[in-house]
Amino acid sequence: MNIEDIKRSENKVYSKPELLNDTPMHYCPGCSHGVVHKLVAEVIKEMGQDNNTIAVAPVGCAVFAYKYIDVDWIEAAHGRAPAVATAAKRLNPERLVFTYQGDGDLAAIGTAETIHAANRGENITIIFINNAIYGMTGGQMAPTTLEGQKTATTPYGRRIDLNGYPLKISDLLAMLPGTCYVTRQTVHTPASVRKAKAAIRKAFENSMAGRGTSVVEVVSTCNSGWKMSPEKSNEWMVENMVPFYPLGDLKNNSEK
Amino acid sequence: MKGNEAIAHAAIRYGVDGYFGYPITPQSEVLETLEALMPWETTGMTVLQAESEVASINMVYGGAATGKAVMTSSSSPGISLMQEGMSYIAASELPALVINVMRGGPGLGTIHPSQSDYFQATKGGGHGDYHYIVLAPATVQEMADFVGLGFDLAFKYRTPALLLADGIVGQMMEKVVLPPQRPRRTPEQIKEQCPWAATGGSAGRKPNIITSLELDSAQMEKNNERFQRTYRLIEQNEVRYQEYFTDDAEYLLVAFGSIARICLKAIEDARARGIKIGLLRPITLWPYPYEAIARMADRVKGILVVELNAGQMIEDVRLAVEGRVPVRHYGRMGGIVPNPAEILDSFESQFNL
Repeated sequence: MNIEDIKRSENKVYSKPELLNDTPMHYCPGCSHGVVHKLVAEVIKEMGQDNNTIAVAPVGCAVFAYKYIDVDWIEAAHGRAPAVATAAKRLNPERLVFTYQGDGDLAAIGTAETIHAANRGENITIIFINNAIYGMTGGQMAPTTLEGQKTATTPYGRRIDLNGYPLKISDLLAMLPGTCYVTRQTVHTPASVRKAKAAIRKAFENSMAGRGTSVVEVVSTCNSGWKMSPEKSNEWMVENMVPFYPLGDLKNNSEK
Repeated sequence: MKGNEAIAHAAIRYGVDGYFGYPITPQSEVLETLEALMPWETTGMTVLQAESEVASINMVYGGAATGKAVMTSSSSPGISLMQEGMSYIAASELPALVINVMRGGPGLGTIHPSQSDYFQATKGGGHGDYHYIVLAPATVQEMADFVGLGFDLAFKYRTPALLLADGIVGQMMEKVVLPPQRPRRTPEQIKEQCPWAATGGSAGRKPNIITSLELDSAQMEKNNERFQRTYRLIEQNEVRYQEYFTDDAEYLLVAFGSIARICLKAIEDARARGIKIGLLRPITLWPYPYEAIARMADRVKGILVVELNAGQMIEDVRLAVEGRVPVRHYGRMGGIVPNPAEILDSFESQFNL
């Protein structure tokens, strides 16, 4: 049997999403970004929004998200993606508009833009990658870094008396009347990937239906920043991140 | 009406798609007037009070990135907050209009009129090598007219424009002829005019990506060279200024914005006493009318630059004059506006008349 025989369509069990192009990703092996990119690309296509989407990229590890998913993108300044998306959606209400942001972008430098966009109930989706660290700049403390977690700027572990508390910003966003759907997911097992995909779909449907702001937090790994193997990172995430950032819907008014 | 109100009316009539702003004295009437006129009911224009000037300018960035005609307005401290976003808009080659109704600084300063943001406006207040086309209105009529002119130039060169007004012309009430109402552009017209825009309607083309990021230094230098070619073109084509009484002038005043009108009164008084003074009023502060001032430098005995600051535009005048005649400065700061007699006193004492 040669390779061409194997490649027949009836043997196909998986294919790369159409909107995910062939540009080699800069993400570290084991990073959660690649999986989330794939899910976003799949959901856009499955919803038929591939020629109707404006995506907003952050500053951080996902700064080059626009290189990988073939829709129109706007690269925002650090933390400003929700403001950029606010205007893009208000001026183009028929489009699917979403931001893709990390914890530093969304929960530190961009806290004001995040909270106010959500509080206005902008009809956008915020995909929020929470890996509890600044990945792009080399593993410094993030607002979501856990107590005791070692980073480049907390080399002896995060101390509450010095650095304050880790910020559960999704809990805060869920309290705002402008949000219709706030959920916390992971992508470390096949089952969790399926759940995360369903969450992204629900969020995008809310945005198109004009129900308000949807937030999909993905509790993620950063094996490079955490200085662990991908496998060990998944274990560490389940043992340490998930108890502090419990999974599931924090708010679901998707049907209203 | 007030200059600030004229801006709001002119924006709606131009067919602007979106305004995003945050209140600050002395320009809050722009946002207030827009909210009162409710243009979303008539032209479909979006008006939004943002949570900060930082958010406002990034909303402008986001809207402009989709090919829409968008604007913001603020006053000096707010414009300082916008500098990062203004750099991004220039670097991403987006057309947009920013309005600064200047107040006295530095810091929180005063709410009274000033021209002390000239350096920030004309030399690039944010990071990197970039320019905004800077228009300086002197009348309420020009406040209205320059909204359209600013957008026309911004879309022509795919580069942002800045309307540099001051608290006097923002708050002053004058008669004004408003431009006729134009329809907002249709999605088809935007697609035609802005084929680069991230409109989201990507069928039949490659995705459009609006970004100022480029990690390849060789490419980033090429990008910068492209920006500079645009700037040289603007310098060639778009210098605007107005001369008053310069035909027989023995001395020249150079002033921009509302202060130029006070200079005109001073010139009238001087001429009544036989002192022949002319006025050159730059309308574009960038590109700057260097050549016009250089020509005048060959004909006059001295130049007095009058500004509401400690001496900012005088640097450009000196660059134009290249030492051929004495160039002096009369400036007031902190929100103080001089009267014509004070300008004339300063002129006479600095030139020993």
